[in-house]
Amino acid sequence: MTTLEHEARGEGTVVDRRRRARAGAWSRLDLHGSPYLFVAPFFVLFAAFGLFPLGYTVVVSLHKWDLTGDAGLIGFENYSTLLADPDFWNALLNTLGLLVLATVPQLLGALILAALLNRPIRALLFFRLGVLIPVVTSVAAVAIVFGQLYGRDTGLVNGLLHLFSVGPVDWQASRGGSWVAVASMVNWRWTGYNALIYLAAMQSISRDLYEAAQIDGAGPVRQFRSITVPLIRPALIFTVVMSTIGGMQLFTEPLLFGQGDVSGGSLRQFQTIAMYMFEQSFQNFDYGYGSAVAVVIFLLTVIAGVVNAVVGRMVRGGTQ
Amino acid sequence: MRRRTPSGHGNSLVYLTLVVSLVLSVFPLYWLFVVATRSNDVVGEFPPPLLPGGNLMDNLQRLFGPEAAEAHFARGLLNSAIASVCVTVSVVFFSSLAGFAFAKLRFRGRNVLLLSVLATMMVPVQMGIVPLYMVMVKLGWQNHLQAVIVPFLVSAFGVFLMRQYAERAVPDELIEAARLDGCTTFGLFLRVVSPALRPGAAVLGLFTFMGTWNEFLWPLAVLEADNPTVQFALSQLATQYYTDYTLMFAGTLVAIVPLLVVFVLFGRQLISGIMDGAVRS
Repeated sequence: MTTLEHEARGEGTVVDRRRRARAGAWSRLDLHGSPYLFVAPFFVLFAAFGLFPLGYTVVVSLHKWDLTGDAGLIGFENYSTLLADPDFWNALLNTLGLLVLATVPQLLGALILAALLNRPIRALLFFRLGVLIPVVTSVAAVAIVFGQLYGRDTGLVNGLLHLFSVGPVDWQASRGGSWVAVASMVNWRWTGYNALIYLAAMQSISRDLYEAAQIDGAGPVRQFRSITVPLIRPALIFTVVMSTIGGMQLFTEPLLFGQGDVSGGSLRQFQTIAMYMFEQSFQNFDYGYGSAVAVVIFLLTVIAGVVNAVVGRMVRGGTQ
Repeated sequence: MRRRTPSGHGNSLVYLTLVVSLVLSVFPLYWLFVVATRSNDVVGEFPPPLLPGGNLMDNLQRLFGPEAAEAHFARGLLNSAIASVCVTVSVVFFSSLAGFAFAKLRFRGRNVLLLSVLATMMVPVQMGIVPLYMVMVKLGWQNHLQAVIVPFLVSAFGVFLMRQYAERAVPDELIEAARLDGCTTFGLFLRVVSPALRPGAAVLGLFTFMGTWNEFLWPLAVLEADNPTVQFALSQLATQYYTDYTLMFAGTLVAIVPLLVVFVLFGRQLISGIMDGAVRS
């Protein structure tokens, strides 16, 4: 850049100097303008289709707004209706229950899997590809296959249980049964993904630490608890936060588990808040109320994320 | 390499656990394949049929024939192919461009702009779907394919990812050298930067393609059953033909073929992408 400017200011014939000056102006414009041109497409499109809808959700949620259009500002009425709405609390209960059932086994399983994959084993790539398969599969496909596996009369799960003289269980009918079925879909799909994240973190831990611990007489389990887990804490917090965000938005699995019924079973026994939002917005066409649900989902996600991050920090304080 | 040689007993337990989890990983997909190649009367049998049958062609014919016309499956495949390719090309291009600018160019307001990208990265887009739907209505795009393409042409996550990648992959000396040769900034991007960004862009492209192919909620909101994406068509199968397992499974099998192709061709890249933190759930 300095060279170009230097050249532009340099000696030469009048024509030459003018030509150079013009080239200098162009290159300066290029130098200072191009970065903005390069980031502009992102910001323009994102503002129109990302940021605006997000902000406008809050506006719509403060209006009475349905298929016939905007019927005016009603303040926080949608929110007070929501807080008194048993269907919303039911959906929230289902979402939180599923969040726990789908996150805890997933992350524990991933931790064990990663610890095993971090050992000097044969056919490592083969096993890694194996854990990747569920990540690559589409959610709808998972939901359809698992829906059949959990079928009351024709499902394999009940077939297996029958061998132990249990059932047949109507997995869809009860809250507990449907939670287990839906949570198993989430667990199946994401355990491998999280295992790979943990594995990446584990591989960056120095071998010297383990050797030192071994000299001090620490066994594999003790090494895992006292070296591995504390040192991969950033990855642990990351996966917990991401699973929480994912869990608060759970939609496809329970929807297809109930044959596309957005109310999540006859008694709404597995309707999540994302499904409730969809039902209000796109089935009852109550855009104002649906937007209020969306805002609440967002706030709950932020709260859950912050709580998880804080708990993660506190755990750190506890072990050191 | 760990110097300690694991005891034989411990090692076989490791392999046993790994093999069990491998079987659990693969079984649902294998079962999908088995049922898709069978006829409906064997589905409820126990012990279940564990080997594929000869009915795949028959089931596929039913899937694309008049019997499952309501699902508009072929249309869904075509729509998803178009949308996934458009979104992938666009996200990769614009993310590389912006990522390069954030990583390697100096301009006023860079840090503030980058921070705003980071801030929006974690916000679930799902939250804005009601106003986004209203925007589509204003534009007259409901039930048009562009409704599932245009809003996703850029990605905050993609920009962030490519910025991280460009930071590492593009040496500053290379940029200075090209500048001295009189390269314009865009020429610099095309000739010097983008070759260096290619591996990172490939991973972003793979995950963007899979993400768009798998997108579910938004197409369901903005499209109609006669002009679906492939996942929407699948949900139609699961809703309207849910007693016809072989039909449903044949459709599901077809719907995951592109994903399986990506897996077979680029499995290693996907793994390193995840391990580098290139994807989010």
